[in-house]
Amino acid sequence: MYAYTEFDRAFVRDRVLQYRDQVKRRLNGSLTEDEFKPLRLMNGVYLQLHAYMLRVAIPYGSLTPRQMRRLADIADKWDKGYGHFTTRQNIQFNWPRLIDTPDILEALADVDMHAIQTSGNTIRNVTTDQFAGAALDEVADPRPYAELIRQWSTDHPEFQFLPRKFKIAITGGSDDRAVIRAHDIGLQLIDLKGRVGFRVFVGGGLGRTPIIGQELHEALPAEDLLPYLEAVLSVYNLAGRRDNKYKARIKITVGEMGIDVFREKVEAAFERLRPAFTGQDLSVLGEIQADFEPPRFLEKSQDVYFSALDSDTHFRAWVERNANPHKHPSYASVTISLKGHGNTPGDASAAQMRVMADLAERFGHEELRVSHEQNIVLPHVAQADLPEIYRQLGKQGLATANIGLVSDIIACPGMDYCALATARSIPIAQDIALRYERRESEIGDLKIKISGCINACGHHHVGHIGILGLDKAGVENYQVTVGGSAGNDAAIGQKMGRGFSFEELMPALDRLIDTYLAVRIDQSEAFVSTVERLGTIPFQEALYVIDKTA
Amino acid sequence: MAAIKLPVVITANDLLSGEAVYWHKSGIWSADLTGSQVFESLEQAQASLQQVVSDAVVIGAYLAEVLEEGNRLVSRHYREGFRERGPSNYCHGKQESLRQKVAV
Repeated sequence: MYAYTEFDRAFVRDRVLQYRDQVKRRLNGSLTEDEFKPLRLMNGVYLQLHAYMLRVAIPYGSLTPRQMRRLADIADKWDKGYGHFTTRQNIQFNWPRLIDTPDILEALADVDMHAIQTSGNTIRNVTTDQFAGAALDEVADPRPYAELIRQWSTDHPEFQFLPRKFKIAITGGSDDRAVIRAHDIGLQLIDLKGRVGFRVFVGGGLGRTPIIGQELHEALPAEDLLPYLEAVLSVYNLAGRRDNKYKARIKITVGEMGIDVFREKVEAAFERLRPAFTGQDLSVLGEIQADFEPPRFLEKSQDVYFSALDSDTHFRAWVERNANPHKHPSYASVTISLKGHGNTPGDASAAQMRVMADLAERFGHEELRVSHEQNIVLPHVAQADLPEIYRQLGKQGLATANIGLVSDIIACPGMDYCALATARSIPIAQDIALRYERRESEIGDLKIKISGCINACGHHHVGHIGILGLDKAGVENYQVTVGGSAGNDAAIGQKMGRGFSFEELMPALDRLIDTYLAVRIDQSEAFVSTVERLGTIPFQEALYVIDKTA
Repeated sequence: MAAIKLPVVITANDLLSGEAVYWHKSGIWSADLTGSQVFESLEQAQASLQQVVSDAVVIGAYLAEVLEEGNRLVSRHYREGFRERGPSNYCHGKQESLRQKVAV
């Protein structure tokens, strides 16, 4: 893990002091709300439907046990005893009082955390593969590059007032687990004849105009990363539209300009900027990489593990679903599901956070990750310790064996919390999880993603089944898309037709899933493969069968 | 934007807690919709909105449509209903404190 320097600590502490004074001035009337709002947003403090919301940055989703425990303490002391892990690999607290937010930021600073650049038209938290540093298919660990980008982009004077927010994702493996092509910039680490490089994608994004990112550079040497990113950002900063918020993202800039012209402009900017990078970035990268050395893996007897696999079918099901292969043959990466059936996707209570921190400390080489799919990962655990980890998780309701199944749903906060939402997402996710609990193993891999408005925080466009909640004449209405994908074959799902009311949605999903079960070749053909083979028409007909017979 | 349907109440978020609050007949801001001053005239409601809203107490004030069902006030739009009651995923937030109040 990256260790904060005194410079980092001083920077974060200064920001807390600044913010404390800003809150004081707001409360004594020296600042109006119009003056204060951009200041609080720069520190991650939003106003939502029922309360303020504090969004805390978790750089590339990495946490230490100490930091996780601090999040639990904050949940207990200043919130309602829980936190919500997000698709940006961050955490949100839904109920802080404004007057407490400076104390919360100070408590975060004590453990080298903050909420800077979790809002506003800046470069946001860089996201990455939750199995970084552990995955079998990894070319190189993406976290040092993510950290380098974090340091470069934090308070970067040129990029604090971009036309719109800017999101960067990096994947280190051949399998894209970071949805890189749905980001403003997506980076894929590649092997350039023994040296590390990047395949660079640009102009991806979801929201009201979903676009899959296009390749901007097929083989960028790693040493050119920062000057190249700076070139992309500087072109966007000048050419990005500031006249219309809905056309201000880089995907629109690239679309209007065309990828070839955009690339030419980036190349020209790169030539101009490259000489300014004299190697300091690379020496910083070298220091950062030293912080991300793999842990010292331990050899342990696996007798207990194999015996549990043989004797305990629940444990075996959990290992099959929630344990991911690791670089080290006797290790695994464990995904702790925050999707217990009927629960709010991504929520963890303070007690659950503490248990996860304890397990990371005892068995996980002091590392935790937040996945963009709103689960928590212990990236490095010995298989020998899996039975005990499973037992401890079970005590806190955290041993649900559902990763990749119907109930492992991404859902944005929706209208239960969010001021921008047009419909609820979470109750839909809860209903789906409960409805298919007994059938989900039979159904197999199926990613459902739900957004409560067109901004698509729930990634519905890239769900195998996507659900978008809208307000139709004062009634919640849900549009269904089919055939989206977030992986290497990234694709935007196709809209099936008219939306469904809250009450109509579950029967419609039943028809959709029953059709899949009826037409798939066998259980090994996942939903998305069946859609690929047959197209969406059988599913569309299933959804609207009632209309057809009426 | 759709025309506002009468009657309406004045709602905002409390500056300190961020909680959804309503302007009451008694001249205070309260977390309960019950007891809100109900306006049958848009002009009157807008004039009051200018008058009663203080940036030092609440933020983001606006007019919210309501229905009068017998003696009870209810929000017309589901969004306002969630603001009034709290999240629907499980019992916490405003609905929890209202339940505790009833239990007392």
